[in-house]
Amino acid sequence: MSALQAGTKAPDFSLHTTPDQSVSLHEFRGRRLILAFYPADWSPVCSDQMSLYEVVRPEFQRHGAELLGISVDGVWCHLAFAKDRKIHYPLLSDFEPKGEVSRAYGVYHKSGVSERALFVLDESGTIRWSYVSPIGVNPGADGILNALEAMGGGRRS
Amino acid sequence: MSTHAPHLVLPVTPERDHIRGPATAPLTLLEYGDYECPYCGAAHPIVQEVRRRMGKRLCFVYRHFPLTNVHPHAELAAEAAEAAGAQGRFWEMHDRLFEHQDALSDEDLVAHADALGLDVERFARELADGVHAPKVRQDFVSGVRSGVNGTPCFYINGVRYDGQYDLASLLGAVEAVLRAA
Repeated sequence: MSALQAGTKAPDFSLHTTPDQSVSLHEFRGRRLILAFYPADWSPVCSDQMSLYEVVRPEFQRHGAELLGISVDGVWCHLAFAKDRKIHYPLLSDFEPKGEVSRAYGVYHKSGVSERALFVLDESGTIRWSYVSPIGVNPGADGILNALEAMGGGRRS
Repeated sequence: MSTHAPHLVLPVTPERDHIRGPATAPLTLLEYGDYECPYCGAAHPIVQEVRRRMGKRLCFVYRHFPLTNVHPHAELAAEAAEAAGAQGRFWEMHDRLFEHQDALSDEDLVAHADALGLDVERFARELADGVHAPKVRQDFVSGVRSGVNGTPCFYINGVRYDGQYDLASLLGAVEAVLRAA
Protein backbone atom coordinates (compact mmCIF):
# COMPACT_ATOMS: atom_id res chain seq x y z
CA MET A 1 0.00 0.00 0.00
CA SER A 2 1.43 3.38 -0.88
CA ALA A 3 0.20 6.83 -0.02
CA LEU A 4 -1.79 8.87 -2.54
CA GLN A 5 0.52 11.22 -4.39
CA ALA A 6 0.40 14.87 -5.38
CA GLY A 7 -2.05 15.51 -8.21
CA THR A 8 -4.56 12.95 -6.95
CA LYS A 9 -8.10 13.99 -6.02
CA ALA A 10 -8.46 13.49 -2.27
CA PRO A 11 -11.14 10.85 -1.54
CA ASP A 12 -14.12 12.33 0.29
CA PHE A 13 -14.97 11.04 3.75
CA SER A 14 -17.19 11.72 6.70
CA LEU A 15 -15.85 10.81 10.14
CA HIS A 16 -16.97 11.40 13.71
CA THR A 17 -15.04 13.94 15.76
CA THR A 18 -17.36 13.71 18.77
CA PRO A 19 -20.12 11.18 19.54
CA ASP A 20 -22.71 13.37 17.82
CA GLN A 21 -20.69 15.45 15.35
CA SER A 22 -18.98 14.45 12.16
CA VAL A 23 -16.71 16.26 9.73
CA SER A 24 -16.71 15.73 5.97
CA LEU A 25 -13.92 16.53 3.58
CA HIS A 26 -16.20 18.33 1.11
CA GLU A 27 -17.05 20.91 3.80
CA PHE A 28 -13.53 22.26 3.29
CA ARG A 29 -13.89 22.88 -0.45
CA GLY A 30 -12.52 26.34 -1.23
CA ARG A 31 -10.01 26.17 1.61
CA ARG A 32 -6.62 24.58 1.97
CA LEU A 33 -6.54 21.61 4.26
CA ILE A 34 -3.87 19.58 6.04
CA LEU A 35 -4.70 15.95 6.86
CA ALA A 36 -2.44 14.52 9.54
CA PHE A 37 -2.89 10.77 9.93
CA TYR A 38 -1.18 9.40 13.05
CA PRO A 39 -0.95 6.02 14.77
CA ALA A 40 -2.51 6.72 18.14
CA ASP A 41 -3.48 9.23 20.79
CA TRP A 42 -1.33 9.40 23.93
CA SER A 43 2.21 9.32 22.59
CA PRO A 44 4.90 10.89 24.84
CA VAL A 45 4.10 14.43 25.88
CA CYS A 46 6.81 16.80 24.76
CA SER A 47 7.52 15.26 21.40
CA ASP A 48 3.91 14.71 20.52
CA GLN A 49 3.15 15.61 16.93
CA MET A 50 -0.49 16.53 17.39
CA SER A 51 0.35 18.76 20.32
CA LEU A 52 3.06 20.48 18.27
CA TYR A 53 0.57 21.16 15.48
CA GLU A 54 -1.76 22.92 17.90
CA VAL A 55 1.03 25.36 18.72
CA VAL A 56 2.02 25.74 15.06
CA ARG A 57 -1.60 26.14 13.87
CA PRO A 58 -1.39 29.95 13.58
CA GLU A 59 1.38 29.45 10.99
CA PHE A 60 -0.81 27.06 9.03
CA GLN A 61 -3.66 29.56 9.20
CA ARG A 62 -1.43 32.32 7.88
CA HIS A 63 -1.25 30.20 4.74
CA GLY A 64 -5.02 29.82 4.72
CA ALA A 65 -4.92 26.16 5.76
CA GLU A 66 -7.12 24.28 8.21
CA LEU A 67 -5.97 21.13 9.95
CA LEU A 68 -7.56 17.76 10.74
CA GLY A 69 -5.96 14.94 12.74
CA ILE A 70 -7.04 11.37 11.91
CA SER A 71 -6.40 8.13 13.76
CA VAL A 72 -8.27 4.89 14.42
CA ASP A 73 -8.91 5.85 18.05
CA GLY A 74 -12.52 6.16 19.18
CA VAL A 75 -14.22 9.52 19.77
CA TRP A 76 -14.08 9.27 23.57
CA CYS A 77 -10.37 8.62 23.41
CA HIS A 78 -9.94 11.63 21.10
CA LEU A 79 -11.97 13.83 23.45
CA ALA A 80 -9.87 12.89 26.47
CA PHE A 81 -6.63 13.29 24.51
CA ALA A 82 -7.62 16.66 23.05
CA LYS A 83 -8.64 17.92 26.47
CA ASP A 84 -5.41 16.78 28.09
CA ARG A 85 -3.17 18.25 25.40
CA LYS A 86 -5.31 21.35 24.84
CA ILE A 87 -5.79 20.47 21.19
CA HIS A 88 -8.51 22.60 19.61
CA TYR A 89 -8.54 21.40 16.00
CA PRO A 90 -10.74 18.40 15.12
CA LEU A 91 -9.41 14.89 15.73
CA LEU A 92 -11.30 12.46 13.51
CA SER A 93 -12.04 8.88 14.35
CA ASP A 94 -11.34 6.41 11.54
CA PHE A 95 -12.97 3.79 13.70
CA GLU A 96 -15.88 2.15 11.90
CA PRO A 97 -15.20 0.46 9.60
CA LYS A 98 -11.78 0.60 11.16
CA GLY A 99 -9.15 2.33 9.07
CA GLU A 100 -11.38 2.71 6.01
CA VAL A 101 -10.30 6.28 5.29
CA SER A 102 -6.65 5.53 6.05
CA ARG A 103 -6.85 2.70 3.50
CA ALA A 104 -8.42 5.01 0.93
CA TYR A 105 -5.42 7.33 1.29
CA GLY A 106 -2.99 4.39 1.20
CA VAL A 107 -1.75 4.96 4.73
CA TYR A 108 -3.12 2.06 6.76
CA HIS A 109 -0.32 0.22 8.53
CA LYS A 110 -0.44 -3.57 8.78
CA SER A 111 -0.23 -3.30 12.57
CA GLY A 112 -3.79 -1.96 12.58
CA VAL A 113 -3.22 1.78 12.90
CA SER A 114 -2.78 4.72 10.54
CA GLU A 115 0.69 5.54 9.29
CA ARG A 116 2.23 8.84 10.34
CA ALA A 117 1.25 10.52 7.07
CA LEU A 118 0.67 14.09 5.95
CA PHE A 119 -1.41 15.40 3.05
CA VAL A 120 -1.76 19.01 1.97
CA LEU A 121 -4.88 19.66 -0.13
CA ASP A 122 -5.57 22.71 -2.24
CA GLU A 123 -8.83 24.65 -2.53
CA SER A 124 -10.23 22.18 -5.06
CA GLY A 125 -9.54 19.16 -2.86
CA THR A 126 -6.55 17.97 -4.86
CA ILE A 127 -3.56 16.57 -3.00
CA ARG A 128 -0.59 18.89 -3.54
CA TRP A 129 1.91 17.21 -1.23
CA SER A 130 2.08 13.98 0.72
CA TYR A 131 4.63 12.51 3.04
CA VAL A 132 4.82 9.32 5.07
CA SER A 133 7.16 9.46 8.03
CA PRO A 134 8.68 6.39 9.68
CA ILE A 135 5.97 5.47 12.17
CA GLY A 136 8.09 6.31 15.22
CA VAL A 137 9.38 9.62 13.90
CA ASN A 138 7.53 12.87 14.44
CA PRO A 139 7.88 14.64 11.07
CA GLY A 140 7.50 18.14 12.52
CA ALA A 141 5.76 20.88 10.56
CA ASP A 142 8.44 22.20 8.19
CA GLY A 143 7.38 19.95 5.29
CA ILE A 144 3.78 21.15 5.56
CA LEU A 145 4.83 24.81 5.63
CA ASN A 146 7.20 24.35 2.70
CA ALA A 147 4.37 22.74 0.73
CA LEU A 148 1.93 25.54 1.58
CA GLU A 149 4.54 28.14 0.64
CA ALA A 150 5.19 26.41 -2.69
CA MET A 151 1.47 26.67 -3.45
CA GLY A 152 1.78 30.45 -3.29
CA GLY A 153 -1.05 32.94 -2.72
CA GLY A 154 -3.70 32.20 -0.15
CA ARG A 155 -1.75 33.92 2.58
CA ARG A 156 -3.81 35.63 5.22
CA SER A 157 -1.94 37.72 7.71
CA MET B 1 6.87 11.11 -1.89
CA SER B 2 9.11 13.96 -0.86
CA THR B 3 11.60 14.09 1.93
CA HIS B 4 13.13 17.01 3.71
CA ALA B 5 16.52 17.24 5.35
CA PRO B 6 16.15 18.99 8.69
CA HIS B 7 18.59 21.88 8.60
CA LEU B 8 18.65 25.12 10.50
CA VAL B 9 16.98 27.74 8.29
CA LEU B 10 17.82 30.80 10.38
CA PRO B 11 21.62 31.11 10.65
CA VAL B 12 23.16 31.86 14.02
CA THR B 13 24.25 35.47 14.36
CA PRO B 14 25.64 37.27 17.40
CA GLU B 15 23.20 40.12 16.71
CA ARG B 16 20.06 38.10 17.38
CA ASP B 17 21.21 34.95 19.16
CA HIS B 18 22.35 34.13 22.66
CA ILE B 19 25.74 32.48 22.28
CA ARG B 20 27.73 30.88 25.06
CA GLY B 21 31.36 30.22 24.22
CA PRO B 22 33.50 31.50 21.36
CA ALA B 23 31.37 32.31 18.29
CA THR B 24 34.37 31.25 16.18
CA ALA B 25 34.39 27.73 17.68
CA PRO B 26 34.44 24.90 15.11
CA LEU B 27 31.33 23.42 16.73
CA THR B 28 27.98 25.07 17.28
CA LEU B 29 25.45 23.21 19.41
CA LEU B 30 22.04 24.86 19.16
CA GLU B 31 19.04 23.95 21.28
CA TYR B 32 15.40 24.79 20.71
CA GLY B 33 13.97 24.48 24.20
CA ASP B 34 11.12 25.19 26.57
CA TYR B 35 11.78 26.19 30.19
CA GLU B 36 8.77 24.22 31.42
CA CYS B 37 9.58 21.04 29.50
CA PRO B 38 10.90 18.31 31.84
CA TYR B 39 13.00 16.77 29.07
CA CYS B 40 14.72 20.13 28.49
CA GLY B 41 15.25 20.41 32.23
CA ALA B 42 16.87 16.99 32.22
CA ALA B 43 19.03 17.93 29.23
CA HIS B 44 20.28 21.16 30.83
CA PRO B 45 23.03 19.63 33.03
CA ILE B 46 24.04 17.39 30.11
CA VAL B 47 24.51 20.42 27.88
CA GLN B 48 26.52 22.12 30.63
CA GLU B 49 28.79 19.10 30.88
CA VAL B 50 29.24 18.89 27.10
CA ARG B 51 30.21 22.58 27.10
CA ARG B 52 32.64 22.02 29.96
CA ARG B 53 34.33 19.07 28.27
CA MET B 54 34.51 20.65 24.82
CA GLY B 55 35.79 23.97 26.11
CA LYS B 56 36.74 26.47 23.41
CA ARG B 57 35.93 24.00 20.64
CA LEU B 58 32.18 24.50 21.11
CA CYS B 59 29.73 27.34 21.36
CA PHE B 60 26.20 26.84 22.58
CA VAL B 61 23.18 28.69 21.25
CA TYR B 62 19.71 28.63 22.80
CA ARG B 63 16.46 29.51 21.06
CA HIS B 64 12.95 29.44 22.48
CA PHE B 65 10.37 26.87 21.49
CA PRO B 66 7.58 27.20 24.07
CA LEU B 67 4.91 24.51 23.70
CA THR B 68 2.28 26.79 25.11
CA ASN B 69 -0.68 24.42 25.00
CA VAL B 70 0.90 21.87 27.31
CA HIS B 71 3.16 24.31 29.23
CA PRO B 72 1.18 27.34 30.41
CA HIS B 73 4.23 29.11 31.90
CA ALA B 74 6.64 28.45 29.04
CA GLU B 75 5.94 31.56 26.97
CA LEU B 76 6.39 34.05 29.80
CA ALA B 77 9.42 32.18 31.10
CA ALA B 78 11.01 32.56 27.64
CA GLU B 79 10.18 36.26 27.63
CA ALA B 80 11.67 36.50 31.14
CA ALA B 81 14.96 35.11 29.88
CA GLU B 82 14.90 37.69 27.08
CA ALA B 83 14.04 40.47 29.55
CA ALA B 84 17.04 39.40 31.64
CA GLY B 85 19.03 39.38 28.40
CA ALA B 86 18.03 42.99 27.79
CA GLN B 87 19.86 43.70 31.03
CA GLY B 88 22.86 41.61 29.98
CA ARG B 89 21.94 38.57 32.11
CA PHE B 90 20.34 36.10 29.71
CA TRP B 91 22.40 33.06 30.69
CA GLU B 92 22.03 33.61 34.42
CA MET B 93 18.26 33.63 34.02
CA HIS B 94 18.39 30.70 31.57
CA ASP B 95 20.25 28.54 34.10
CA ARG B 96 18.03 29.66 36.93
CA LEU B 97 14.81 28.80 35.09
CA PHE B 98 16.01 25.32 34.21
CA GLU B 99 17.11 24.83 37.81
CA HIS B 100 13.71 25.98 39.12
CA GLN B 101 11.22 24.42 36.73
CA ASP B 102 8.71 24.11 39.57
CA ALA B 103 8.77 27.88 40.13
CA LEU B 104 7.73 29.56 36.87
CA SER B 105 4.62 31.52 37.88
CA ASP B 106 4.48 35.25 37.14
CA GLU B 107 5.44 35.99 40.75
CA ASP B 108 8.27 33.44 40.62
CA LEU B 109 9.72 35.08 37.50
CA VAL B 110 9.85 38.46 39.24
CA ALA B 111 11.47 36.79 42.26
CA HIS B 112 14.11 35.25 39.98
CA ALA B 113 14.81 38.67 38.49
CA ASP B 114 15.16 40.09 41.97
CA ALA B 115 17.50 37.27 43.02
CA LEU B 116 19.71 38.02 40.01
CA GLY B 117 19.86 41.68 40.99
CA LEU B 118 18.03 42.90 37.89
CA ASP B 119 16.11 46.16 37.61
CA VAL B 120 12.88 44.43 38.65
CA GLU B 121 10.61 47.31 37.72
CA ARG B 122 11.90 47.35 34.16
CA PHE B 123 11.81 43.54 34.00
CA ALA B 124 8.16 43.39 35.14
CA ARG B 125 7.16 46.19 32.81
CA GLU B 126 8.75 44.48 29.79
CA LEU B 127 6.93 41.23 30.62
CA ALA B 128 3.60 43.03 31.09
CA ASP B 129 4.04 44.86 27.78
CA GLY B 130 5.13 41.75 25.90
CA VAL B 131 8.25 43.57 24.71
CA HIS B 132 10.10 40.34 24.03
CA ALA B 133 7.19 38.33 22.62
CA PRO B 134 8.16 39.01 18.99
CA LYS B 135 11.69 37.66 19.57
CA VAL B 136 10.31 34.51 21.19
CA ARG B 137 7.88 34.11 18.30
CA GLN B 138 10.71 34.56 15.79
CA ASP B 139 12.69 31.84 17.55
CA PHE B 140 9.65 29.56 17.54
CA VAL B 141 8.85 30.07 13.87
CA SER B 142 12.50 29.56 12.89
CA GLY B 143 12.36 26.28 14.81
CA VAL B 144 9.21 25.13 13.05
CA ARG B 145 10.78 25.92 9.68
CA SER B 146 13.94 24.07 10.69
CA GLY B 147 12.05 20.89 11.49
CA VAL B 148 11.83 21.08 15.27
CA ASN B 149 9.54 18.19 16.20
CA GLY B 150 9.61 18.35 19.97
CA THR B 151 11.74 19.71 22.77
CA PRO B 152 14.59 19.74 23.34
CA CYS B 153 15.65 19.74 19.69
CA PHE B 154 19.38 20.03 19.01
CA TYR B 155 21.31 21.09 15.91
CA ILE B 156 25.01 20.40 15.56
CA ASN B 157 26.60 22.78 13.06
CA GLY B 158 23.16 23.44 11.60
CA VAL B 159 22.00 19.85 11.15
CA ARG B 160 19.26 18.40 13.33
CA TYR B 161 20.50 15.82 15.79
CA ASP B 162 17.99 13.00 16.17
CA GLY B 163 19.85 10.87 18.71
CA GLN B 164 19.50 10.53 22.46
CA TYR B 165 20.64 13.36 24.69
CA ASP B 166 22.33 11.51 27.48
CA LEU B 167 25.92 12.68 28.01
CA ALA B 168 27.67 9.86 26.11
CA SER B 169 25.39 10.20 23.06
CA LEU B 170 25.48 13.98 22.79
CA LEU B 171 29.19 14.18 23.47
CA GLY B 172 29.85 11.41 20.95
CA ALA B 173 27.78 13.25 18.36
CA VAL B 174 29.57 16.59 18.70
CA GLU B 175 32.98 14.88 18.72
CA ALA B 176 32.07 12.99 15.55
CA VAL B 177 31.13 16.25 13.80
CA LEU B 178 34.37 17.82 14.99
CA ARG B 179 36.40 14.91 13.59
CA ALA B 180 34.59 15.12 10.27
CA ALA B 181 35.09 18.90 10.03
